[in-house]
Amino acid sequence: MSVRTLRVGDRALLVELAGGAETEAFHAELLRRRAAGALPGVREIVPAARTVLLDGVDEPGRLAAELPRWESGPLHARVEAVVEVPVRYDGPDLTEVAALWGVSVEEAVRVHTATEFRVAFCGFAPGFGYLTGLDERYEVPRRATPRTAVPAGSVALAGPYTGVYPRSSPGGWQLIGTTDVVLWDTGREPAALLAPGTRVRFTAVGGPTGEVGRVPVGVPTAEVGYAAEGGR
Amino acid sequence: MTDRAVAVVRAGALTTVQDLGRAGYAHLGVPRSGALDPGAVRLLNRLVGSAEEAAVLETTVDGCALRPRCAVTVAVGGAPCPVRVDGRPAAWGTAVRVLAGSLLEVGAAVRGLRSYVAFGGGLAVDPVLGSRSTDLLSGLGPAPLAEGAVLPLGADTAARGSVDAPPWPGPPDELVLRVRLGPRDDWFTAAALRAFATRAYRVSPASNRIGLRLEGPALERARPGELASEGMVLGAVQVPPDGRPVVFLADHPTTGGYPVVAVVREADLGAAAQAVPGTPVRFIPVR
Repeated sequence: MSVRTLRVGDRALLVELAGGAETEAFHAELLRRRAAGALPGVREIVPAARTVLLDGVDEPGRLAAELPRWESGPLHARVEAVVEVPVRYDGPDLTEVAALWGVSVEEAVRVHTATEFRVAFCGFAPGFGYLTGLDERYEVPRRATPRTAVPAGSVALAGPYTGVYPRSSPGGWQLIGTTDVVLWDTGREPAALLAPGTRVRFTAVGGPTGEVGRVPVGVPTAEVGYAAEGGR
Repeated sequence: MTDRAVAVVRAGALTTVQDLGRAGYAHLGVPRSGALDPGAVRLLNRLVGSAEEAAVLETTVDGCALRPRCAVTVAVGGAPCPVRVDGRPAAWGTAVRVLAGSLLEVGAAVRGLRSYVAFGGGLAVDPVLGSRSTDLLSGLGPAPLAEGAVLPLGADTAARGSVDAPPWPGPPDELVLRVRLGPRDDWFTAAALRAFATRAYRVSPASNRIGLRLEGPALERARPGELASEGMVLGAVQVPPDGRPVVFLADHPTTGGYPVVAVVREADLGAAAQAVPGTPVRFIPVR
């Protein structure tokens, strides 16, 4: 397994992997070891695009020396069910996305609903998952000008990722649809419907006449916008 | 009457409920949050006989005013400020008994930025994901204080007396932040790293609970292109495209796409909570 380990301050390690699939496999291996009690003294495991951050590490030097010797584990076949997310494909950018893909709107919806996604990592906001699975020919750029308010439940695309906004927030992703599923519920375990590793499939419901946006949930906006989603 | 609660008479510029934070959910995009000056919180909670992790109030610049509905032991610390009970001066930095219906006034900070108010029994607002902290980035936890709000208090166990003369470090005239370079110091030129380690920065007025924004020499990148989003830690010194470093504080995002040139030692961040805009800042690379 090709890994590069970087020290992050006094208590954390950033493990760099070759690509997205390797990162997911390494993350799964970390979770497996933690579940088996073989990863003591690590408080947070944060997967991202091509790295996994280990934070709150008791002995970072020792763990950093140990990591390259780990056997490369295959990405374990997951046994849990696929989370289905019903979507009204009525987003304001759907036509533009279809044009970028060079297909009809109907075909764009078919591609999106035919894809099995997996949550590679979370970030930007609680419960916002970065879903991979779309073929790379369907990558789209972020919008040149971000929207100041994207409604909660918006299904969106940027780069290689699909995401669903858990609550109303500013955002620059291309909006292709809307869902009513509850993405984030602190009374649920885990609170995020789309936690890292979760398999996801989108299904089309209703017609294009459904309501596009809903009333934003009543949460204060961030003091400043450090958290531009993606940042890739 | 067993109305263990405190009413908000004056909310102040930004007063939030804080404890020691919300650990363990960074992988779901949840910031750690918690008091920016956790040392002050631990000390004040000991003074009023509460558990160290009990929830307190964190004020910003101009304090707040409260009317407890029951007799309660309180202690005000962090940034030095005048404290009054029913108009009479009361002690700062030690436990004070406030009677039911009295007005507790936490004045504007004389030095520093953030004062803390601890209560016997702690604030008993509902915890979210194991913490009562207000997280301003993602909107978790109780809303910032508003006039007329009523906050419940926990049962006062009154196991007081563990501290009598606590040492209070004053707010800094100069903020000295020890850092470990990396993980992305190789994204910057040698000249930029030299400037980072030797030049003085100043705290920008745009700083908040998410980050300490700095004015000073822009750090020039050695390589173009973009970094893929990666996990961020408390104290990370992130450098956005304008080259001005931002030190991530408690409400920082859990992932980010700008390179982190260095990470500040956690022990040095409490002082950052009290650094007023314009305070000189020096980064001292260690190890």
